[in-house]
Amino acid sequence: MEKVFMKGCEAVAEAAMRAGCRYYAGYPITPQNQVPEYISRKMPKLGGVFMQGESEVASINMIYGAAVGGTRSMITSSSCGLSLMSETIGWLISAELPVVIANFQRGGPGIGDIGPTQQDYFQATKAHSNGGGRMLVMSPGSLQEAIDAVFEAFEKANKYRTPVYIQLDGISGGMMESVMMPDAISDEEVAALKQKAKEEWAVGKMEGRERREIVGGADSGLPLQTLNQKLEAKYLEMEKNEVKYENYLMEDAEYVITAYGIGSRFARAAVNILREEGYKVGMIRPINIYPFPFEAYDAIDYSKVKGILSTEMSIPAQFIHDVQIAVKGRAPVYNYSTSGGVILDAVEIANHAREMMK
Amino acid sequence: MKTVYKKPECIGNKKPNSYCPGCMHSIVVRLVAEVLEELNVVNSSVMFAGVGCDGNGAFGYLDIDTVISPHGRALAVASAYKRCNPENVVFTYQGDGDLIAIGCAETMHAANRGENVTVIFVNNAQYGMTGGQMAPTTLAGMKTTTTPYGRDPKADGAPMHVCEILDTLDNPTFLARGTCTDPKNIIQTKKYIKQAFQNQLEGKGFSLGEIVSACPSNWGLSPLKSIDFINEKMLPEYPLGIVRDR
Repeated sequence: MEKVFMKGCEAVAEAAMRAGCRYYAGYPITPQNQVPEYISRKMPKLGGVFMQGESEVASINMIYGAAVGGTRSMITSSSCGLSLMSETIGWLISAELPVVIANFQRGGPGIGDIGPTQQDYFQATKAHSNGGGRMLVMSPGSLQEAIDAVFEAFEKANKYRTPVYIQLDGISGGMMESVMMPDAISDEEVAALKQKAKEEWAVGKMEGRERREIVGGADSGLPLQTLNQKLEAKYLEMEKNEVKYENYLMEDAEYVITAYGIGSRFARAAVNILREEGYKVGMIRPINIYPFPFEAYDAIDYSKVKGILSTEMSIPAQFIHDVQIAVKGRAPVYNYSTSGGVILDAVEIANHAREMMK
Repeated sequence: MKTVYKKPECIGNKKPNSYCPGCMHSIVVRLVAEVLEELNVVNSSVMFAGVGCDGNGAFGYLDIDTVISPHGRALAVASAYKRCNPENVVFTYQGDGDLIAIGCAETMHAANRGENVTVIFVNNAQYGMTGGQMAPTTLAGMKTTTTPYGRDPKADGAPMHVCEILDTLDNPTFLARGTCTDPKNIIQTKKYIKQAFQNQLEGKGFSLGEIVSACPSNWGLSPLKSIDFINEKMLPEYPLGIVRDR
């Protein structure tokens, strides 16, 4: 463990390699180019493989190719790049391959622009791909959380044999913070992970065992309904085990601000401003956005709480839909959101909260 | 009694192939199986099949580890796998729609990187599995379900010659085109396939064997008439032989 001052993209890249990532593929797209640049410098020295794909489509398929052999693999991109990867993300879910995918969100729809946003909430949590497959989706609120999420993502990917998605943004990719960087896992551990995958499910040398087939869909021995029932059981397991959120100053709260990821930093600052003014305001911050922490909103004392302000960097607001489902009409839910690289502002959030509290 | 020929042990143990009568995929898969056995690499081989008759027919028929790739992406998938697992023998098995229509970029760039993999490319001039639509390799004037008046090169494009296109790149090692119309050509095609695998074992790089094949079902011809069609129409457009051998 060492304390370092690092830029978000590079911190994620470094964390991935320390967590045992030995294959990375990607295609240039702003605002995450420092990830492939950093990994291209360092990965060959670790005996791993870096490849720049000819497109996002090729890159995510390279990840599929590395993953079927049991190599710990990661890909990063941004928004429209993730759209291009959509089909193969469905294959990764369906073929139950443990990879880590990170999205440094920019604007949309379409090419949008390169400013930071949280405009891909539905894409991340509801529909990565056709067919309704799901992934564990983490949304770190700081670089320390992002680094810890990378380590955790590889572990959970292995545990559930699923792709795990880390929802970041252009601010997180570009900002610098002091972080505690965990030690790298050893080369022996990296080799053991791959060996275990080869023994259990990956393709490769097949002496002494039956042939294996990997496909993102029904295979010759598994009808599609059976596969989807198996995948659903995994989603339910994740919904049971992987709910993760933070309550901030919620004990006596009469009003709640709710936000996630980078947006929660501004929401927290707004809560602090309002607390200094004497308002009893707290914050609920989902850390994993799938599974969504419905229980955090069930735990609100609705006899006391008179309103909830949902705030995010997306117009139209998307996160608010899950908040409304979670609140179930037990309190009014208000929205304040920005878009197109307009960063949430604590003073503006506080202004909207005061309006709610009038 | 002397055994002069037997089925390769690594095909057809779990299920029969699902190819139509007269389809040459079944011959090509058998040739691949023979080559893998002769090179003693059955247990270390991984097939990356495409989507189409190539993937579906071979799925479970060839008794080796198999990965089906998203449509067109087999060479991106196989490239990464081979880089991470150089000890394995890696080949893609792709049709014309998969390899040079939807997968054009992945094919070009894998060839341009000189990936040390083997490509088995079956060219039957149309989309087999989806019912006979136009492919990039469809002949000029050829009727398909989406060129009902015949392929018009001015509107629909002209036939694409994969070996010759890849021959413009620096890095491919071996590019050759065979067919399976008669024993002589089948023997020659097997030699190409064997060399494409041998090159990989020697670390020589990207090697592609194209096989001009019949699709009697979608061509609307009998298996025998399909062979005539290959000889009279396909081979003048797609001449047999080695295009590059380095």
